[in-house]
Amino acid sequence: MSNITQTTLPGVGVRHEFTTKGGERLGTITHRSGRRDLLIFSAKDPDACSRSVRLEDEDADILADLLGAQSSVQREQDRVRGEIGGLTLDWLPIATEWKCSGVSIADTHIFDETGVAVVAVMRHGEPIPTPDGNFRLRAGDVAIVVGAPEAIQRAQELLQRGVCG
Amino acid sequence: MPHSPTDALSHTAALFIELGAVVIGLSVLARLALRIGLTPIPFYLIAGVCFGDGGLHALSRSNEFIRVEAEIGVILLLFMLGLEYTGEELAGGLKRGFRGGMLDGALNFLPGLAFGFLLGWKPLGALLLGGVTWISSSSIIAKVLGDLDRLGNRETPSILSILVLEDLAMAVYLPLVAVLLLGLGVAQGAISIGLALLTVSAVLLLALKFGDRLSNLVAHASSEVVLLSVFGLILVVAGFAQRLQVSAAIGAFLVGLALSGAVAERARELLGPLRDLFAATFFFFVGLGINPSALPAALPAALGLALVGAISKMATGWIAAGWEGIGARGRMRAGLSLVARGEFSVVIAGLGAAVEPRLAPVAAAYVLILAILGPILTRFSDALSQTLENWQEKRQPVATPSDA
Repeated sequence: MSNITQTTLPGVGVRHEFTTKGGERLGTITHRSGRRDLLIFSAKDPDACSRSVRLEDEDADILADLLGAQSSVQREQDRVRGEIGGLTLDWLPIATEWKCSGVSIADTHIFDETGVAVVAVMRHGEPIPTPDGNFRLRAGDVAIVVGAPEAIQRAQELLQRGVCG
Repeated sequence: MPHSPTDALSHTAALFIELGAVVIGLSVLARLALRIGLTPIPFYLIAGVCFGDGGLHALSRSNEFIRVEAEIGVILLLFMLGLEYTGEELAGGLKRGFRGGMLDGALNFLPGLAFGFLLGWKPLGALLLGGVTWISSSSIIAKVLGDLDRLGNRETPSILSILVLEDLAMAVYLPLVAVLLLGLGVAQGAISIGLALLTVSAVLLLALKFGDRLSNLVAHASSEVVLLSVFGLILVVAGFAQRLQVSAAIGAFLVGLALSGAVAERARELLGPLRDLFAATFFFFVGLGINPSALPAALPAALGLALVGAISKMATGWIAAGWEGIGARGRMRAGLSLVARGEFSVVIAGLGAAVEPRLAPVAAAYVLILAILGPILTRFSDALSQTLENWQEKRQPVATPSDA
């Protein structure tokens, strides 16, 4: 985020530009009228735009929605995942055909087999924290699990197929 | 002057027909100009020349009316210009672009001034000619940059900041000239100039400080109310500015600066069409004052000035963009973009009709050349850079064989 540069264009508006991870320069102009221009800088001449796309209010909203929606989902996942040392927190939505549906947590042997702990279950949008071994998982639940990333992979297989490799 | 009611009616009828014909004529010219991708300003000037003294057909009825319309045109031109910028943009532009502005003034004002003296004009005539050669046309340049999708380019802030500085310089130059035009003695003139500049600075500060309050005062849900209050305000301030010998145009410019935010946006929408109407009339009016027989004599001087003016502006943009670390192609674009002269040169030339009769024809021909040449050069600047690069590459192995 820190590499965004902002330039005032007197009488026009404000220009923002940044370099993508791939090394291309992108920018926008926000006109005073609310119109936006999407700028793609030329690779040959770094001072010039090879393409400038005019976006009216509505177009800009659509583009922002498309880009913003994905990135906000991504950010949510990033926030939840992989933030506890080497351990990963993950969400496993349990489908009807999964072997574990209707089975108590203890009977899945998830902890013995994989070392992954079920720390909470989301049921009908309500969180059920620290369910005990007798808690029966049901289709539609989301098991919130903590463990090493590859262990979680195996735990998912276990819950899905009853066995894990 | 008509005396009986029938006379008055027939006079009005003739006035309408004449005025309507003029406006229709201008609309046809604007159509043609836009079709070939040029600004209509020089075409309005030419139309004016055709109908002035010694032209094809003199306008007898509507002359006085057109004169007033033209005055309003200048005021609206400057008002809309002031509206373009916010106070912060001006202050920021002044800080960042000061060096560029000084360079611009030195490279483009001085040649005109020197040329004026060379032609044997009076000092005031030369001073006005310097103004004509100095100021680039922000309306042409903004339009061309937009059309060519160059607003996002990195050299564009350099171009725009020079335009901002020129507009600010006008806030000093126009009152100065206004006082000099009165032809006062040295002592009284100095006092008047001091007073004028003081007034401008004071109003500028007030405009920046209380602009928000003024904007709130003017704001209204009804377009009609906003239109009437803004237009009225512009005329009143311009009138008072004129009375204080500050030049009406600068008064209007300051009103434009003071308005900000949503009101500025509304005013731009509402007064834009008025500006287009009156400003077109203004350019036509300046043309009216030019006798076609004076043009051939003015042409050599205008051609020389245009050549010098194009090169000096090119150099200004090249150097100013270089300061910002722009590459050769960008510097070329910046330089060539600035070449276009237009409305301001005509405004300045319009002031000096009484002082130097040769000023208007020279300025008109000068604007005609550069208003057309500027956008063309801007469009082909990358092609020009390419040609230069190719040429250099061809020469390179010969010039420096040790590198090969």
